[in-house]
Parts: sequence; structure tokens; C-alpha cells
Amino acid sequence: MIPNQPVVTALHDGRRRVVAAADAAAQLLGLRPGMALAHAAAVVSGLTVMAAEPEADAAALCRLAAWCRRYTPLAAPDSPDGLWLDITGSAHLFGGEAALAGGLAARLGRDGLMASAAVADTPGAAHAAARYAPGVLPAGEHLALCGPLPIAALRLPPDTVAMLRRLGFDRVADLDRVPRAGLVRRFGPMVTLRLDQLAGRVREPIVPLLPVDALQHRVTFMEPLLTADALSQAITHLVTPLCGQMERAGQGARRLDLLFERVDGATQAVRIGTARPSRDARHLARLLDEHLEKIDPGLGIEAMRLVIPLAEPLHWQQDGDALTELAADISALVDRLSNRLGAERVYRMAPVESDVPERSLRRVPALALPGGTWSGPHPAPLRLLDPPCLVEALALLPDQPPAAFIWRRRRHVIRRADGPERIYGEWWRRDGEVSAVRVYFRVEDADGNRFWLFRQGDGVDPATGGLRWFLHGIF
Amino acid sequence: MVPASQTPIPAARTLDQLRAAIARLERASASHGMAPLAFGVAALDDAMPQGGLTRAALHEVAGAGLDREHGALGARFAAGILARLAGPVLWVVGHGALTPPFAPGLASVGLNPDRVVYAQARHDATLLVMEEGLRHRGLAGVVAEFAAPLSLTASRRLQLAAEATGVMAILLHRQYRSALSEAAGATAAATRWRIAALPSGPALPHAPDVPGLAAARWRIDLTRCRGGRTGSWIMEACDASGRLGLAAPLAHGPAAAERRLRA
Repeated sequence: MIPNQPVVTALHDGRRRVVAAADAAAQLLGLRPGMALAHAAAVVSGLTVMAAEPEADAAALCRLAAWCRRYTPLAAPDSPDGLWLDITGSAHLFGGEAALAGGLAARLGRDGLMASAAVADTPGAAHAAARYAPGVLPAGEHLALCGPLPIAALRLPPDTVAMLRRLGFDRVADLDRVPRAGLVRRFGPMVTLRLDQLAGRVREPIVPLLPVDALQHRVTFMEPLLTADALSQAITHLVTPLCGQMERAGQGARRLDLLFERVDGATQAVRIGTARPSRDARHLARLLDEHLEKIDPGLGIEAMRLVIPLAEPLHWQQDGDALTELAADISALVDRLSNRLGAERVYRMAPVESDVPERSLRRVPALALPGGTWSGPHPAPLRLLDPPCLVEALALLPDQPPAAFIWRRRRHVIRRADGPERIYGEWWRRDGEVSAVRVYFRVEDADGNRFWLFRQGDGVDPATGGLRWFLHGIF
Repeated sequence: MVPASQTPIPAARTLDQLRAAIARLERASASHGMAPLAFGVAALDDAMPQGGLTRAALHEVAGAGLDREHGALGARFAAGILARLAGPVLWVVGHGALTPPFAPGLASVGLNPDRVVYAQARHDATLLVMEEGLRHRGLAGVVAEFAAPLSLTASRRLQLAAEATGVMAILLHRQYRSALSEAAGATAAATRWRIAALPSGPALPHAPDVPGLAAARWRIDLTRCRGGRTGSWIMEACDASGRLGLAAPLAHGPAAAERRLRA
């Protein structure tokens, strides 16, 4: 297909053919879904028309929803052109809600799908925002932020929308201001139901697609469970048989989804990740337990399902080896902290070969194998100010330490100093550093506090730097 | 009722016996068969009940003066202690303006950064994360940088967690640009240290005019010590293997230097 060539799909609406969907190029030319095809063909010459295949579209949307399970266990298609993702229990694994939504939209965009994403407190609000104001709606403000959106955002049949507009309702907020009885009498319960769903006054469960091929286990309860203790017990009953299954399959879980099916039909989910494949029932149960506080049992939980969407081979390990025991212990801790704080907040530092102090190290995952040697500046400060902090100082050129410097309006008289130590710019990283030089001094003030100062420029050649002084570290 | 005057009680001996019994009980419950960590400086070690830092306990460290905010001296002191233990270390750091420790700085007192796992926690989660770390036996120790007063309850939780597993807990007090009074409230910590910078001596004692920096000098105050004595010492900062040295006071240089050699 030629890019930028307008394409529409068409289907029969009674006896006439109408536009079912239009691509970006066609929409730019003013073609909209619902338009008569004859009209569209008259507006745009050389329009490519293809027959719409609603069933195939629905199947593709289902496949897309299944693919979206990488982001959350609660993913479902929202016909005809949307996807629901309940990311309550999983956003922390992807760097937060905004990062997840942005990353998902960008990923779909790379695959040639036009997508916009919104995160909101209720499915109704997310549906409206995704179509008219993509982005993350702050918690608790979804009603206020959806107020100015057009009525079409409410998932109402087109003729209802047309009628409402004829009556002067343009915005969602307009509907919220009129007596509800009249709306119900005139339009049936749909309008107020959609309003309530958007506001969260009526719950709207997302019925998730379940993976068919993953290891899973489901338990149903005679009596709905309400307390955290009971749920925690149930988790143990779910995890143990699954760990047995994994052991027989030689697998260990990297990701676990726990789905709670409530009496009222709503499903809530928790997702956890592990840094290394694991089938330690106690460890996995503890990880899941930590997220129980996010679950609102409502009138009770009648069934729970534990799914392992991502597993990796994990071979038999002999117990009692001190070294592996230690490593395993750390990985359990790292898992627990990662699931609580977010994986990017649990890390180690690894050395990088660079003389520039702030570039001499980088974050690596907490369980990455150590590599490289720690040389660095010696002795090194214990706190590195990044970026370095500009201070007022005067010193004799080229190689004398300053006699005093002023930092945060406090004057530090320097009694002893060690230096200079020159660090040259890394021209292969940035053009600006071709001739840059920093001259470092370790200094001690009258109280004994030790600082790491540097001056930009070697004091002889002006091209090496502007002779400003910076505080870079505290010993 | 027998009048007290008729049964002469050897008060001092009874007290000693009771103290010994309590010490035995505490040791049995808390030491996990691990010897306390001595500093290798007799003056310091003698102040502590078993001749060193109890491994399975909470220790509080704070900087003084300018370092109350930066916590560089306290972090160096803590790193020097952990450098002399084996095993991984969990270092709980704050968000934003509270800079985490610079890994080469840890390496310079002997704590290999490969051993250190950092966890960045919001202020209200710091102690929870610390407690989580203390529950894992494989660790040598957990350091948490904390910018609020430590309550008695919270400190008890940490102390109990440390006792249960034998993992050393070091709480590093930092104050972010605030005029909070020093955290002086009662806590369940075994020891509380305050590290202050002092002007150091000349780089070459025999030639004081030669520029350069000698080893940094600290005043180390042990302001609280359960079952031991408080004290204040002038020390040379941790060296490359994390050891402190007894410093020669400026006033009587040569004589004190001799003492240091003997110590």
C-alpha cells in the first residue's frame, strides 16, 4: 500500500454504503466514519476503498489485547476500536502510569497502529480521555477533567448523541447539571448509566482475556473471602501446587498474576515480577502477600486464579551450597524491594572507564554480575554533588588552591589543600570538551570539613575553561 | 517482716551478679554466636560492653555541624565499619536532594561497591525498607539514611529485626536544610555516635610548611551506649581498610604520636 494515499473501509448500512473507518491521510481530507461512501468518493478523487471486515477486526483486536497482557493481567478488547488495560497492580513494573501509557502508545505506533492512551480512575473516563484528551488524569480528578469533553466521549449510540446535541448538550458537564429523571424518561437509562460509570458511581468490571497456554491454577471458595488473613491463606494454597507444576516442568516464574474474582463480577489483579526465575513457594507467596492491601474485597472474593504468564527454565539446585544460598537470599530481598519500590529503585553501581568523576559509574540491576575494577579518584569524596555547585572563590593562577570560598552564603576559609589534579575533557563524547580542563583540589576549611573543588580551565589557555570554581564533592 | 538492717546485703556484689546475669541473657539472645566487631583501638573498644560493636543491633550515627546535612562523615564511618564485615550491604538512600554515597568514596574506605545494593525509598518508606533488609540473614548490614527524628517504637522494631537475624543496622541521621534539634530522644539503639570534623595536622609533621593533606581528623562522640560507657575521642578517619587510628592531639604532638604507636 502506498503511504499517504487516503484509504477508507466501507460497509453497508441498510442500502447505502458508508465509510467504516478512515486512515490518517483520509481524515486529513475531511473523511469521517459514518459518511456516505458516495459523498467521500466525491470529496476525494482516487480514494482507495476496501471492504470492511468487522469480524476480522474484532479477532485482531482480541489478539492485540492478548499481546497487551505483557503490561497487565487484566487486558480486554473494547470493540470496535479500543483496549482496556487495568494497570492498578502492575504500573510499578513499568516505571509508573505515564511511562506505561506512553510506552504502549509508542510501541503500537512503531507497528503502524494509530493509538492514543489515557490513564484514569474509571474505565469510562479512560475511554473518553483516550479519544479526546490523551494522557494521565490525576487520581480523583477524572470527573472534573472529563467535564469539558464532548458528549460523544460517553459511548452512546450515534442517534442519542445527535439528539442530545440538538437539545443543546455539548459537553459532558452539561448533562451532569440537569435533573436525571428527565434524562431517563427521554433517553432511557443509558445516558445516566454512562455518566455514572464515568464518575465511578457505578462499577464497570473489565472482563480480562485469560491466557490459554500458561501455567495456572484457580480455586473457588464455598464462602466469599473478606479478610486479608483468609486471602493470604488462599495464596499459599494457590502457590504450592503451581510450584510443584513448575518443578516438574523445570521452570521458574519470572512474573505472576493473581486475579481476584469478586462476588459482584469485578476482577482485580496483582502482578509481581522476580529478578531471577523462582519456584520457592514461600518467597512467591510473600511477594504476593505484600500487595494484598491494594485489593478491595467488596462483598467478598469468591475465586482466585494464579497465572504464570512468564516462566524461564530453572534447573535443579542442590541445597546447602553456601555460595548459591547467599546469592539466592539476596535475590529474594531484591525481589521484595523491587516489587515495593519499583525495579529501577533497587540497583548497584558499576564502574565505567572515565576520568570525569560523574561519568565514572553507572547504575546496573541489583543482581548484575560485578565487572570492572574500582579505581576512580583516590581518595574519593563520599558525596558527589551532581551537577557540581558553582561557588565564589579566588585563587592565584595557575596552580594555587583558593584561600577561601563562599558556598550557600557561608564563607569557608581554607587552611590546608592538596592538588592540583588535572582532568581533561573527553572530546570523543562531546564537541564542547575538546579542550576543556578541570583542575581539582582537595581542601580543608578552618573547621576541618573537607571539600573537593575544581576550577574550569588550566589558568593559562582561556580555551580550556572560564576559570569558574565549583564544589564537586564532600569528603 | 525482717528489718533491712538485720540482714547485711553485699549490695555491690549482688548488683554485679545481676548485671552479669543480664549480660548473659542478652548475649544468648542477641549475639548469634558472632563476636562483636572491635575497632582495634583499645580506648574505643573498652567503652563498649563486649569490647566492640554488637553485630545484631541497631546503631545510630550522625554528623555534626555542616555534616548534619551531608552525612558524609557518618557515611564514611558506617562504610568503615561494614568494610570489616563480610557479605552484601543494603544501603537505603533517599530521593531528590539527599545525595546517595559516591561509590568510589565507599571503595576508598575499603567497602567494595560491588557489595553494596542501593534501595531508593521515599522518606516514609525508609524504615520499612530497612526492616525488610534486616530480615535477610545473608546481609552483612543495612544502612539507612534518614532525615527525621527516630521514634522509640520505630527503633525498637529495627532493633528486634536486627536481633532476630544478626544483621547489623546502622541508621544515619541527616537533616535536610532544617534547623531540627539533634535527634536526642530515647531510642532502642545499642549505640549512638556523633562524628565531627576537626582541623587536621600538617601533612609532614617535621615540615609543617609543606602543603598537602594529612589523614582527616575526627572527634568521635559515643553519646549513648547500652551496657557501656559514653565517651569522646579524637581519631584519625577511616583508612583504606576502614580502620580508625588514634590521633595525636595538636597540643602535645610528639608525645601523643608515641602513644599512638603503642596503641
